[in-house]
Amino acid sequence: MGDLAIRCRGLTRRYGEVVAVDGLDLEVRRGECFGLLGPNGAGKTTTLEVLEGILPPGDGEVEVLGRSWSDSGPWLRERIGITLQETRLPDKLAVREVLALFRSFYRQGRTVDEVIRLVSLEEKARAWYEKLSGGQKQRLAVACALVGDPELLFLDEPTTGLDPQSRRQLWEVIGAMRAEGRTVLLTTHYMDEAERLCDRVAVVDHGKVIALGTPRELIERVVGHEVVEFAAPDAGARLEESRLQALPGVRAVRRRNGSYALTVERVHLTVPALLQHLDEVKAPLENLVTHTATLEDVFVTLTGRRLRD
Amino acid sequence: MTSEAAGRRSSLGQLTAARLRLFFREPSAVFWTFGFPLLLSLALGIAFRNRPPQPSVAAVADGAGAAAAAEALRAAGQKPLVLGLDAARAALRVGKADVVVIPGSPRTYEFDPAREDSRLARLLVDDALQRAEGRRDATAVSEAHVSEPGSRYIDFLVPGLVGLNIMSSGMWGIGYVIVETRQKKLLKRMVATPMRRSEFLLSFVLLRMLFLLLELPVLLGFGWLVFSVPLRGSLALLVAVALLGALAFAGLGLLVACRAQNIQTAGGLINLVMMPMFLLSGVFFSASHFPDVLQPFIRALPLTALNDAMRAVMIEAAGVAQVGPQLLLLAGVAAGAFALALRWFRWT
Repeated sequence: MGDLAIRCRGLTRRYGEVVAVDGLDLEVRRGECFGLLGPNGAGKTTTLEVLEGILPPGDGEVEVLGRSWSDSGPWLRERIGITLQETRLPDKLAVREVLALFRSFYRQGRTVDEVIRLVSLEEKARAWYEKLSGGQKQRLAVACALVGDPELLFLDEPTTGLDPQSRRQLWEVIGAMRAEGRTVLLTTHYMDEAERLCDRVAVVDHGKVIALGTPRELIERVVGHEVVEFAAPDAGARLEESRLQALPGVRAVRRRNGSYALTVERVHLTVPALLQHLDEVKAPLENLVTHTATLEDVFVTLTGRRLRD
Repeated sequence: MTSEAAGRRSSLGQLTAARLRLFFREPSAVFWTFGFPLLLSLALGIAFRNRPPQPSVAAVADGAGAAAAAEALRAAGQKPLVLGLDAARAALRVGKADVVVIPGSPRTYEFDPAREDSRLARLLVDDALQRAEGRRDATAVSEAHVSEPGSRYIDFLVPGLVGLNIMSSGMWGIGYVIVETRQKKLLKRMVATPMRRSEFLLSFVLLRMLFLLLELPVLLGFGWLVFSVPLRGSLALLVAVALLGALAFAGLGLLVACRAQNIQTAGGLINLVMMPMFLLSGVFFSASHFPDVLQPFIRALPLTALNDAMRAVMIEAAGVAQVGPQLLLLAGVAAGAFALALRWFRWT
């Protein structure tokens, strides 16, 4: 057994004329939590469904746990757990009944009580699916993924649409899986989620990986440490991007309507110079914010778009 | 290792148990499967029960002899109405009277010979009047009245309703439910587990068979208790016919479900398949009422075969040999439908 849980080279999938995945390369190591980040339509879900053996690979090579789906389908099915982006379980089955059903599909796995405890649904064990809150439904979906005691977990947007408390509860469950040495591959468009959970992330856009690394690496490599955002709506043409770029410590300048974002190495060097420059060109300042760079900034820098537009 | 095997074996059991729970937790499904056929057979059984013979209504045109004729008819148990000639003819036209009697010599009967009630009324009225005027029978006669279970409308209806029920539970219970599972992406989710696909499909068929063993006693028991609908043939053969019918419609349900992506499409397809059989296959009235050119088509419909075989076993005490052609047809439909459905089934 190699040390890779997933290896995928040149994966390409088309839906008619649309290329959903365009020569995507990916390596996920055993025991790591890996995040695929990208906007809707970037090809994350298609990639995941190919890796999960739900969609046949178009072109390219895919190896999961060192095997291919065509040779080892049933073997792999026993060893992975998944959540889909949207699954509605039967409304009138109780939590315990759903889990007993899914448990029966696997040769080996955890007991129903164990997984109910893992996702903290003890009090809802006898409640019908239709009576659960959004967060509880999603935890049940994750429980269905855990009931076969998988080596490799695929979670497609596990926390989308959930309230903050439910998200944190799920993060704990995912964190516990990682702590047990299982491999987790998740997609998300929440950057805080990726930064908090993932050992490494790949930013996907238009069906390709456009950046790869640990969240910190990516931020420092692509953006820098800090971001200075300000608005000067009345400045007009007097404020030139090339002049801003020349200020001390500025790595990049982005402009959106009357707002600017500077990615910088040292805020305390850049800000005084910026204020002086604005004063010189008579551009009245409205709103000045600085923050530590995030993966969101990485994405905007790389693609010029926000993740959740 | 033994626990592994047990786990595997129980997945068919779990799938079937889940379907069973979902069915009984859905009140409307329970009603359409059990309540509706009972209500329907009760309503139709009462509406078409055998009534005592109704008197014929004779509109007697007012004039000489009208009063005497009315008196004679009343004495014979018929219902005379003495009216002016125009009013009497109007009563005939709107169906209030079966025949118009114009006394005189010759006495005239006006009626529409295409109306069976009118032809009967003409005979009964004439007989009553002739007797009152002194006619005697050439030969003495006696009558014996017979009303036996087996020859009534309800006896025809109950096997037809059983057939209808087998068809609609198969089509909706399998076709609709599978498409709903697909539309909710639950099918996709299940296919991503090591679940055996054959077990998933088998659980539906198994459930239909289990249900049949509930539906049959309920419907037939109801018919027997309330209307004394008889079962003259072998119970085992009847169950075999019903099982084969259920299998055929399970196959058709699966076929309908094999590609449809949403429940609207599935509902439309199910109605498209069921509607011709609902009308043509002799559920509520005999299929022989349809023109001869349609008969070969009607005979080829699985519901016709099922209904004919059910009736033959229940009413005519038919044996295996007599219902052989119907059994073969049902088996053929089942085999063909399953083969095509499995080939075309869309899992993701």
